[in-house]
Amino acid sequence: MALDSKVPQGPIKDKWTDYKNHIDLVNPANKRNIDVIVVGTGLAGGSACATLAELGYNVKAFAYQDSPRRAHSIAAQGGINAAKNYQGDGDSTYRLFYDTVKGGDYRSREANVYRLAEVSANIIDQCVAQGVPFARDYGGLLDNRSFGGVLVSRTFYAKGQTGQQLLLGAYSAMNRQIARGKIEMFNRHEMLDVVIVDGKARGIIARNLITGEIERHSAHAVVIGSGGYGNVYFLSTNAMGSNATAAWKIHKKGAYFANPCYTQIHPTCIPRSGDYQSKLTLMSESLRNDGRIWVPKNMEDVLAIREGKKKPTDLSEDERDYYLERRYPAFGNLVPRDVASRAAKERCDAGYGVNATGEAVYLDFASAITRYGTEQAKIQNITNPSDAKIYELGQKIVEAKYGNLFQMYEKIVDQNPYETPMMIYPAVHYTMGGVWVDYNLMTTIPGCYCIGEANFSDHGANRLGASALMQGLADGYFVLPYTIGDYLADDIRTGKISTDLPEFEAAEKEVTDRIDFFINNNGTKSVDYFHKKLGKVMWDKVGMSRNETGLKEAMAEIKAIREEFWKDVKVPGSKDEMNPELEKAGRVADFLELGELFAKDALMRAESCGGHFREESAEEDGPQKGEAKRDDENFAYVAAWEYKGEPADAVLHKEELEFNDIELKQRSYK
Amino acid sequence: MNLTLKIWRQKDTSSKGQMVDYKVTEISEHMSFLEMMDVLNEQLVNSGEEPVAFDHDCREGICGMCSMYINGEAHGPDRGITTCQLHMRMFNDGDTITIEPFRAAAFPVIKDLVVDRTSFDRIQHAGGYISVNTSGNTQDANAIPISKHAADEAMDAATCIGCGACVATCKNSSAMLFVGAKVSQYALLPQGQVEAADRVQNMVAQMDLEGFGNCTNTGACEVECPKGISLDNIARMNRELMKASI
Amino acid sequence: MGGFFKSSIGRKVAMALSAFFLMFFLIMHLSVNLLSLFSEDAFNTASHFMGTNPVVQFALQPVLIIGVVFHFVMGFILELKNRKAQGVSYAKNNGAANSTWMSRNMIYSGIAILAFILLHFIDFWIPEINTKYVLGDMSGMHDGSLRYYHELVEKFHNPLRVGAYVVAFIFLGLHLAHGFTSAFQSMGSTAGRKKALQNFGKIYSIAIPLGFIVIALFHHLFNNH
Repeated sequence: MALDSKVPQGPIKDKWTDYKNHIDLVNPANKRNIDVIVVGTGLAGGSACATLAELGYNVKAFAYQDSPRRAHSIAAQGGINAAKNYQGDGDSTYRLFYDTVKGGDYRSREANVYRLAEVSANIIDQCVAQGVPFARDYGGLLDNRSFGGVLVSRTFYAKGQTGQQLLLGAYSAMNRQIARGKIEMFNRHEMLDVVIVDGKARGIIARNLITGEIERHSAHAVVIGSGGYGNVYFLSTNAMGSNATAAWKIHKKGAYFANPCYTQIHPTCIPRSGDYQSKLTLMSESLRNDGRIWVPKNMEDVLAIREGKKKPTDLSEDERDYYLERRYPAFGNLVPRDVASRAAKERCDAGYGVNATGEAVYLDFASAITRYGTEQAKIQNITNPSDAKIYELGQKIVEAKYGNLFQMYEKIVDQNPYETPMMIYPAVHYTMGGVWVDYNLMTTIPGCYCIGEANFSDHGANRLGASALMQGLADGYFVLPYTIGDYLADDIRTGKISTDLPEFEAAEKEVTDRIDFFINNNGTKSVDYFHKKLGKVMWDKVGMSRNETGLKEAMAEIKAIREEFWKDVKVPGSKDEMNPELEKAGRVADFLELGELFAKDALMRAESCGGHFREESAEEDGPQKGEAKRDDENFAYVAAWEYKGEPADAVLHKEELEFNDIELKQRSYK
Repeated sequence: MNLTLKIWRQKDTSSKGQMVDYKVTEISEHMSFLEMMDVLNEQLVNSGEEPVAFDHDCREGICGMCSMYINGEAHGPDRGITTCQLHMRMFNDGDTITIEPFRAAAFPVIKDLVVDRTSFDRIQHAGGYISVNTSGNTQDANAIPISKHAADEAMDAATCIGCGACVATCKNSSAMLFVGAKVSQYALLPQGQVEAADRVQNMVAQMDLEGFGNCTNTGACEVECPKGISLDNIARMNRELMKASI
Repeated sequence: MGGFFKSSIGRKVAMALSAFFLMFFLIMHLSVNLLSLFSEDAFNTASHFMGTNPVVQFALQPVLIIGVVFHFVMGFILELKNRKAQGVSYAKNNGAANSTWMSRNMIYSGIAILAFILLHFIDFWIPEINTKYVLGDMSGMHDGSLRYYHELVEKFHNPLRVGAYVVAFIFLGLHLAHGFTSAFQSMGSTAGRKKALQNFGKIYSIAIPLGFIVIALFHHLFNNH
């Protein structure tokens, strides 16, 4: 099947408006006869549920958590971008569009990104009307902050809990529709397959996670908003339950999976402390505004620190290697996420990691404290302030800016970051790749849509800070509700879809068989054993930096783990009850397939772009020596994979990317 | 460190449960409490026993999913944290730790340490929203200035993660801190004023219907709240309800 | 408005309103009793006024009785409801970690106060009502002088009774220590959370019971002739 992105004709700034003017609409009376299933209730799924229900469709919403409010969108800290230009600093729809495409290293679809930038302003209006308590200035107007990779202040925020507040906004909009009976909410339910009737998505098979019951649910369209697949690495900043099952199931039933290798590894996370570690915690990117990143220059100091013979504060300035400032004098500690992460890995691989695991670098606030302290002393007219006084004054400023983050760090690591530098290390954070969708957000299965982090469309090979929340809400509130109507307009005479159809029967049997297999397998190793093993291969060979040999090994190793998993996995308990091990088994089984496709995609893409760094594709000389080298001639396309059984047999379909409104340039931060 | 765990085991809502003793060894003080539970579960799976079911998800203190009552306190002995942020360094080698589910008639146990908190959702359905369509065609976000003070106070109320620690810790199993926080968030913002009276009446009515107890102002909820939601929010709700009823 | 008092919040507002009334009454009662420390005559005059004034007797007294009964009955109803709301209780509960003993045990301090009130009724109120409204002696005279002071002193002769009074007033203090600020909170005022009012509440909850205790001990120790 040839990929048709269905991008409307015409100039980029008119595409969305023209499109909306010409699509088919469903009359309100008919909407009452149409059912839509939404899987996932984060920012994308939750907002889609609310709007679809408001429009009059009957929505069935599914979440594995006990409430829509707990979806992992809630953990987003920093903020949400919108081209409001409230600060009058020259922001515009075009500039947001440009920054996002450039930030994504020119691997996203232009028309989708432009539309995203276009509706971004509506999101803020909408959220304020819903009672989202965004930060305000003393004049009572909305405040903005600035984020990495851009030159304007366009990020709206609610303390360090922007994701939480936006999700609660979407959740409140859902609540209103649940109360009206327009949304039927299925908490603690997990989608285990999609049902396709006559080539169209017509329902899902879901498991009630409390009773273990397998349920059939029918609808005229199915929307997947189940988030990213970062947990393929086992350790990530994702929630423990975040999984790729819904996305992977539709992939296996015909939806192409695009650019799986595009993964964002966030540079400022709290390092792993031991093998028992279950997840990683992100520290906001904003810390890099004032923190300086370094490792010791000399190996003796590294060893002395690891053995506890020396403290980082014992090292003088010239015994420290501020490697980001050294390598990137122009941007210094504020280089984009992918660059900062790779640089940390480079130093740690060279043996300079500062903790027991050898995977940590320092993020030091001492100079910021001194700088702020000196400034405060001047402001307060203190002459000849002592060092202690300067420190005291400076600490107050740092505390006001980052107090909650410092406190979080201290709770986890049990070290006071005002006295000793923080330790940080990169961690898997966001997956730009995902289910391939066209301009309508429809997958290659008719009637099956994919929104939010679960799809691939807007962030290219790297996502800019504060853009994930924007995309989730844009898809759910403002894009999908229009585009889905165009498809459902043909369904007004279809009537209720019966769940007694043989297709439902077959899909249910497939699901039940698999569950029975797990319960009866009586292997010897726990699900986590395999998940951790997969995660290690992914991190070591398909992590921040990748090469051909490693990727080939990874594919073989993942396949071997998968085979061992199916032979030897052990799932205790029964299927007719709440059984978290059984839930995990199903998710890990899917990760074990996705992981291999991920490596295959990374192997195919023999260029470096955004979060995907191929060691073979680096600048060989000149000022950019060692930096990522993009290959627009050969790789300016979306890699959409078609499922053919074994992941290794997946077939590649290319959607060529055309850039008519932006000139392709190399990103330079030197 | 080596620990003895006394954990509530219950097969499902209708079964009778009991406390069961377990031993875990070589627990690192840097582990989070839930990672210690992972160690126990791995141990149980490997020995062919059923692992302990417990709710957890984000493991960074924001989703509100984790819900254990540890040594007689919701989310355990530390302050301003959820169970996933509780670290083993709060305990000593040789300790016996009692782990129970959140208890309240309105939070029935589903299994082991997992409880059903959908009563919170139903309270929200009753009025935890502003009736505005998600059309995006509302007025400009800056059309109504909101004082920084009111916005900040609304934000403080809105940080509630809906974990239910307030109910679990309250000797009366009252949900007033949770409901008060939600009522307050909207009462403090001009957008929420239009339906403020109906909102508070409907939400309080639903709260009562769910079988939550009555607040006697012990203040335990505020102390145990992972997000430090203030008791002032309960006072504000009381005020709002009086205003709405008179 | 009817619906309001059926709601959980309405009920606690009602508890707070009756509490405010009772707290005001305590001040009145203590003021009159304190006179007994300084002047027999003043005490007798004040007592006679309170005991025979129709406004006090037929308006304030019934309101007081209703207030007391309401506060107790509602307190018990709420306690039962709250116990039901709790369902299964914890195997281990560390209440002291997050709240005061007083706040968690209002029902017990309340029961102690109820027991005291019964004793107090038997001691003073029933004989008083009997004398005035059954026997019809409204003069307040006994052996040629007003009888109130004498009766008061008489009652504090028995050390057991004095002891019971002292214990009961300690419970009253504990009840007030939480109840005073709690009532403000229930009424929707955050004033009870402000330092100034909390300090006033502390003084009130110590001073009122202490006043009654001093009176009882004074008459027991120094006035037994």
